[in-house]
Amino acid sequence: MAVEEKKKATYTIPVGPIHPALKEPIRLALTVDGEEIVDTDVFVGQVHRGIEWLGMNRNNPVQSIYIAERICGICNMCHPFSFVMAVEQAAGITPPPRAEYIRAITAELERIHSHLLWAGVAAHEIGFDTIFYLAWRVREEIMDLIEYVTGNRVTKAMFQIGGVRRDITEEQFPRIRQSLDYYKSIFDQLKRVFLDDKTIQMRTRNVGILKKEDALRLLTVGPSGRASGVPKDVRQDQPYAAYADLDVKAITPDILTGTVVGDVYDRIIVRLVEVKQAIEIIEQCMEKMPPGSLLAQPKTAVLLKTLTKAEGEGVGRAEAPRGEVIHYVRLEAGRETLATWKVRAPTYVNLLCVPTILKGMQIADVPIAFASLDPCMSCTNRVVVTDRAVGRKSVVDYERLHQLSVEKTKELQR
Amino acid sequence: MEKLAPQAIIDSFAKELGGGFVGGSVYECEVAVKKNKFQSLWIEVKKDAFRQAVEHICRLQEYPHLAIISSSDLGAEVELIYHFTIYYGYHLQELSLGLRVKLPKNDLTIATITDLIPGAIFTERETQEMMGVEVVGIPDNRRLFLPPDFPEGVYPWRRDEKGPPDDMLRVLPGRKQEWHRENKEGS
Repeated sequence: MAVEEKKKATYTIPVGPIHPALKEPIRLALTVDGEEIVDTDVFVGQVHRGIEWLGMNRNNPVQSIYIAERICGICNMCHPFSFVMAVEQAAGITPPPRAEYIRAITAELERIHSHLLWAGVAAHEIGFDTIFYLAWRVREEIMDLIEYVTGNRVTKAMFQIGGVRRDITEEQFPRIRQSLDYYKSIFDQLKRVFLDDKTIQMRTRNVGILKKEDALRLLTVGPSGRASGVPKDVRQDQPYAAYADLDVKAITPDILTGTVVGDVYDRIIVRLVEVKQAIEIIEQCMEKMPPGSLLAQPKTAVLLKTLTKAEGEGVGRAEAPRGEVIHYVRLEAGRETLATWKVRAPTYVNLLCVPTILKGMQIADVPIAFASLDPCMSCTNRVVVTDRAVGRKSVVDYERLHQLSVEKTKELQR
Repeated sequence: MEKLAPQAIIDSFAKELGGGFVGGSVYECEVAVKKNKFQSLWIEVKKDAFRQAVEHICRLQEYPHLAIISSSDLGAEVELIYHFTIYYGYHLQELSLGLRVKLPKNDLTIATITDLIPGAIFTERETQEMMGVEVVGIPDNRRLFLPPDFPEGVYPWRRDEKGPPDDMLRVLPGRKQEWHRENKEGS
């Protein structure tokens, strides 16, 4: 960027419509004073698909599970998870305990893959593509395991109202253990690569700081909030499914470093340790899994009839890889669709702290600071009927922003 | 402030709000094998006592977490539920608190709470554009998700004449237009 003369007037740079970090649709308007960011405005809403509207007007609740699964490609377990919990609460259905354990296992598998995916993206953002390739190669193992357990790599269709659709059997345990052991064996190496590397430290330490008070004020959830020292984790606070039998502790960065800074580096720590935690949870679940049936009502037609007759409301909350997902569902007797369906994905609230995080930083730091929240736009944007691209005059495109970030890394390495 | 039991919280609301308090209930269920209790609270207040209720929540918990505002069109009125969580950060101690307030259709306004909880801005903006509830005193009045060319006065979540008209809806291949209309009337 050309160096401007020092003057009081600020200049607004629109970034987007494609997300500067994760190639997702979001637009940021950065108000800059020279290289320094003074203010940020976030524009969302470019991939509206009307998912809640569909659930309230066109689909029956069982069909809505599959729509919920398609809210997001990366965290496609947590949305149906909290959705079925909300419907179960509204209709008074209790899933069998074995199903609760299978749900928790699949949700933790997803957490491992999502955090590794993020680790790769974060490395790419600072121009460290060797680590990007390494992280994504390592992630293949968990993708293979997910395919082995659920039959699919991405949309797994495991959830049903009142249980799960597929069992995880004793015969499958050795294969699952094999993958978990692989991650345990490389964990120290991953830790060294991400936490001890000088370049990564230079680009992430004291960058994008979110103080604990701001995180609380702006309702930040998930690893981004925990990295700022907010010990908030639905699996710990108000445990659901099999987590209620386990003793899950919210991970804050001080367990490794002794202090909480709330910068990008701390967010790496939290996600890394959560991978280890997820492995432990899966192992405990496999150990404690009770025998029994998988579904409260195996016949879908009967289930749908029950749901049409049911009257009530429910809230399902699940800890997704990015933070708390909450689904609110209201059922009306005699209505085939949901009466009300409200989805809140973690990125919805995590975007609120973007202006605070970016304030005072350089434009070249935008990609990594923004990506450190692990924002997921498809989750946040799901509300209404249109998706028309917004035309802008001058746009800093992804390539240019990425270029700036890579240049900064190279400069620091010199 | 020390932590109160769910029923004591409801009682404290009744005491604090007096005539503005409509009712409250505790939802309870047992989870998984160990049968640990999962509890949540539902509290309904009158519209004029709403701000007072949120202030009371802020006294129960410093920085209460507001997850989302859900809204339902109930015909003659619009129901808003503010989904709070309090007592978070400790194993098994968190409580979900749904604060319910009903607004008559002829006066769809609600006071902003962004001065108490700054993070409420997104969900207040969404409630404005999707349900047509005016949030009085909102610091940022712009739309959140709806595009600029979306017509004024149409609110996607409404089930009355202010909802999206048929010509705005695309009928999927293999579905009949009537199917949608029947469902709309059935509500």
